[in-house]
Amino acid sequence: MGVKLLLEKAHVEGIRSYEVYRREGGYRSVEKALKTMSTDAIVEEVKKSGLRGRGGAGFPAGMKWSFIAKPEGVPRHLVCNADESEPGTFKDRYLMENIPHLLIEGLIVSSYALGSHDTYIYIRGEYAWIVDILENAIGEAKANGWLGKNILGTGFDCEIHVQRGAGAYICGEETALIESLEGKRGNPRLKPPFPAIKGLWERPTVVNNVETLASVVPIINLGGEEYAKIGVGRSTGTKLISACGNINKPGVYEIDMTISVEEFIYSDEYCGGIANGKRLKACIPGGSSVPILPANLLLKTAKGETRYMNYESLSDGGFATGSMLGSGGFIVLDEDQCVVKNTYTLARFYRHESCGQCSPCREGTGWMEKLLLRLENGQGKISDIDLLWDIQSKIEGNTICPLGDAAAWPVAAAIRHFRDEFEWHVTHAEEAQKRNFGLAHYADARQLVSA
Amino acid sequence: MVKFNDEQLIEFKRLVSRYPQGKQKSALLPVLHLAQQSFGNWLSAETLDYVAELLEIKPIEVYEVATFYSMYNLKPVGTYMFEVCQTGPCMLRGSDDIIKYIGEKLSIKPGETTTDGLFTLKTVECLGACGYAPMMQMGKHYREHLTKEKVDAIIEDCRKNAAINN
Ligand SMILES: Cc1cc2nc3c(=O)[nH]c(=O)nc-3n(C[C@H](O)[C@H](O)[C@H](O)COP(=O)(O)O)c2cc1C
Ligand code: SF4
Ligand code: FES
Repeated sequence: MGVKLLLEKAHVEGIRSYEVYRREGGYRSVEKALKTMSTDAIVEEVKKSGLRGRGGAGFPAGMKWSFIAKPEGVPRHLVCNADESEPGTFKDRYLMENIPHLLIEGLIVSSYALGSHDTYIYIRGEYAWIVDILENAIGEAKANGWLGKNILGTGFDCEIHVQRGAGAYICGEETALIESLEGKRGNPRLKPPFPAIKGLWERPTVVNNVETLASVVPIINLGGEEYAKIGVGRSTGTKLISACGNINKPGVYEIDMTISVEEFIYSDEYCGGIANGKRLKACIPGGSSVPILPANLLLKTAKGETRYMNYESLSDGGFATGSMLGSGGFIVLDEDQCVVKNTYTLARFYRHESCGQCSPCREGTGWMEKLLLRLENGQGKISDIDLLWDIQSKIEGNTICPLGDAAAWPVAAAIRHFRDEFEWHVTHAEEAQKRNFGLAHYADARQLVSA
Repeated sequence: MVKFNDEQLIEFKRLVSRYPQGKQKSALLPVLHLAQQSFGNWLSAETLDYVAELLEIKPIEVYEVATFYSMYNLKPVGTYMFEVCQTGPCMLRGSDDIIKYIGEKLSIKPGETTTDGLFTLKTVECLGACGYAPMMQMGKHYREHLTKEKVDAIIEDCRKNAAINN
């Protein structure tokens, strides 16, 4: 069993309630931070911990915090990103539903460190029942003196407010989120200025993911250096992975980032192997935006080394032969699945979620969806595959926000690794309507490893 | 005429109080949720104008937002709305079959409402329940690990509840 820092107590009976959470050692980090540490010292600990943003981009959290501008007399804000809408990702939900006080605790310490007196949790609108869970936890924390005025007699005031979104993936992008929090459409802003200088209501703002902010609790409790000893290289601490698709045990797992992809998929502690005795075909290891990998490149890198569940190892080989840890949305495809169809549903998703500000993204996502549907329905031409490649390459890097890239990468990777499956949909159009392509030459690397 | 009752007005004020003075527009999304919930689960032009008036912003600022976000219903919907996720991870676990089954059972296509006004079927994109697929949202809650049998039971329950409420 690996180390658990976030979910260790998640299954203690009644942990959602304040009494049980506190009895289990909750809110110790607030006492330690507010009573014994300066705000700079907290930022320093987070820097030392090596914690990287858990929302997808993996930017070092401590460094982000140190960028926040502190102009005289201008309030600053911390905003917690609970928009969680990247297909394959459902870890923040798990944390908020099961152990909401952990997030509130992390938010209080982080608000103190950043000087945020009004902190907002922006949660996707569909998680309506979780709003109640969070507001209840906030109410309990306040009733027990952890929020409100003059917390623990330190003179620090803080309120946490929960804001519900209303159905728009793009509002997970931090500047779109800020726009939405201001009561507008979720159109991402041009950067610079960055939110750390001009964010919510033009005030200095830090936006962090739920899991990032919850991780501040063990960092303060253990100290940044101890936290950094867990994991490997620049992948410090633990990471929540939400696993789904064709596996025996879909769910949310906390891993320390030293386990191999093979262990994660096949061990009973985690995914429990491929469902229905099927074989592994492919996997999207970090949420729908990251490149899909065929089984042989997933379990081993192109160099033939074991691939591990961490930032560096998953991206080993770049986009040519690697992928990304991303948001930790781990999507597994078995031998019966169709890569063209899967890619089509993702293209449809991105077309639906494009905010429409930039033409490469607005038009390109629509074209890609149409071409993929045509191929999936056996009405495509070989030249459509080249056209798809061309379109995705023209979206990438030419847009205001990274949604354009996020829409382009899955299409690029699918063609890069599964081109023969795309071609088969054209050359065997009729057959492709009756059955799926299957595993073909993507040997399940596991079968090749001698015991 | 649409108008919040006293209780709804108290909630409205609580929502607005979470933002600094003069930044009441920030309450727009939550207030639209409140309005939708209060006025028959959809937002008419009249409702949108009323929200603009309450928040002291221009009607266009409300229209812009109401049309951007997928959770706001701009036309009436059935008493029970089945919002079934169809994105990749759910598709891998058979969401297409569930959508087809519900459609056949209720004789409607995605986007349509049954003639008795009881059910609306809608396909939606990833709801953050990929590990519990196939799934759908029904009102405030999720129904997960759907099977045809479960769908049958849910529909029956809805019909029973509707009969009691009538
Ligand atoms: C299209 C798009 C969607 C995003 N969705 C989310 C999301 O749902 N949750 C999240 O935490 N970050 C999301 N991000 C990343 C945020 O922009 C931002 O980097 C993150 O909230 C920063 O927090 P972190 O550093 O703690 O990860 C998204 C980014 C893009 C471009
Ligand atoms: S890349 Fe797409 S989602 Fe991002 S700002 Fe441009 S149009 Fe909007
Ligand atoms: S893909 Fe259906 S809930 Fe995520």
